Amino acid sequence: MFDGYTSTELMSIFAMQGFAGLSLFSVFVLMALGLAIIFGQMGVINMAHGEFMILGAYTTYLTSGFFQSYLPGLFGGYFFIAMVLAFLICAALGALVEWLMIRHLYHRPLDTLLATWGLSLIMQQAYRSIFGAREVGVDLPEWMMGAIQVTDMVDLPINGLFVMIIALSVAVGVYLLMYRSGYGKKVRAVVQNRPMAEGVGINSAGIDRATFALGCGIAGIAGAAFTMIGSTGPSSGQAYIVDTFLVVVFGGAQSLIGTIVSAFGISQAQSTMEFFLSGSMAKVLTLLVVIGILMIRPEGLMALKVRR
Amino acid sequence: MLSIKHHLVAYGQSTIIQDLNLDVKKNEIVAVVGRNGMGKTTLMKSLVGMTPTKGGEVSLDGTDLTRLKSFQRVRAGLGFVPQGRMIFPTLTVRENIETGLAAVGEKKVPEDLYEMFPVLKEMQNRRGGNLSGGQQQQLAIARALATRPKVLLLDEPTEGIQPNIIKEIAQTLRRIRDERGLSILVSEQVLSFVMDAADRILVIEKGAIVHEENRAEADQEKIASYLAV
Repeated sequence: MFDGYTSTELMSIFAMQGFAGLSLFSVFVLMALGLAIIFGQMGVINMAHGEFMILGAYTTYLTSGFFQSYLPGLFGGYFFIAMVLAFLICAALGALVEWLMIRHLYHRPLDTLLATWGLSLIMQQAYRSIFGAREVGVDLPEWMMGAIQVTDMVDLPINGLFVMIIALSVAVGVYLLMYRSGYGKKVRAVVQNRPMAEGVGINSAGIDRATFALGCGIAGIAGAAFTMIGSTGPSSGQAYIVDTFLVVVFGGAQSLIGTIVSAFGISQAQSTMEFFLSGSMAKVLTLLVVIGILMIRPEGLMALKVRR
Repeated sequence: MLSIKHHLVAYGQSTIIQDLNLDVKKNEIVAVVGRNGMGKTTLMKSLVGMTPTKGGEVSLDGTDLTRLKSFQRVRAGLGFVPQGRMIFPTLTVRENIETGLAAVGEKKVPEDLYEMFPVLKEMQNRRGGNLSGGQQQQLAIARALATRPKVLLLDEPTEGIQPNIIKEIAQTLRRIRDERGLSILVSEQVLSFVMDAADRILVIEKGAIVHEENRAEADQEKIASYLAV
């Protein structure tokens, strides 16, 4: 499949596809972090996670519109406000959903699957009714446009770089929260043994709500980042949810590093192979490798080894 | 201190504990002994709220616990060391103790806990799951003490632990009681441990207390006969 390319051309193709993969990687990481946190702690598979991401994207769209109309002077910085808003709105909705629906369905994994899937349909239709079926895009501020030219043939777009920085900062933030804060300690205790966590005085229901809200909030940030690299439609979230599950399962549900490594591997593999093969062949190959590795390591790429 | 009245626990149709009455006085160590399946663990779990209670009243130092959830009972002053220790395996030793501290809003592991269990200080950065059984038992006790309990509940603390360490645990319990002035309720099968540790011994059979003795005048053979199969 490499016929007809010179070796310098191949190198540039790999570099640029690799970089395009990095944008995908950023969205995967942000999506997978939220999903992994929620699945790891509560065993709830949130089928509506993609729709939470899209909620964040629409929030960013509205914020950018607001800045364009009322605060054009500050347009360059709208994205940061949008990101915070996306996080807060998605987290608030997440907390509400947990309180209304999810908490009644713990210990019933199939029911939560169905219920969150239903929720995803409701949210999609709501977007369609409110924002219309057409995809919307945001205008990038001046400083995010253009590209850094590395060599004659390799261009790295600034918005892609920016999205990647966001993803990595959020990942570091989540790491610090999970492994360095009091909240994180409680979360890990609840994950490992819920009744016992209660037995040392941890309010596990409260931790659940906070965690679900946090996971949805991070999906909101993913949505804000998503607007930088793609356009937003009511069902854009659907395209990402399956890949995100793949990332989470492949990385090992309780391992943050595993999630990041697997997001990197899968996004790079897909993006590079898509250039040479068709999109579906690329997906087939990725899936085959993932399945093969999961047969050898059922717990995922990186699982902690301790006596249990 | 801890008062249990007309306690009733059932799983579906089968009643495990029926009309159990029990009082633990301040600064007293009470042991509940009985064979397997007589309701020891169910009693302990229902007291800390891990198993729902069907009827009766439980109060701690005047506070009614009956309608409280598990974590609220712990915050009200009930410390729990479960059967099988149940430490958090991938948390470090220090983090394990800190989970208990959260209940009372403290951050730093108090020095006196490490003084009581020096081995935990030595191993504070190891993962809890990689400790030996005896060390895990000490960790489970330290974690429960971190919640500053008024009454400490221990469910079969000697299970799976070698005999010379069993003796140590008995001494530790008495030391905890003497230094911290709390009450202890412990369920147990090992008679020698009970004779070392307890002030008062209760025999539980089919979910009811059938025999009670102070250790001072305890008739070992009689209690042993209850434990024999």
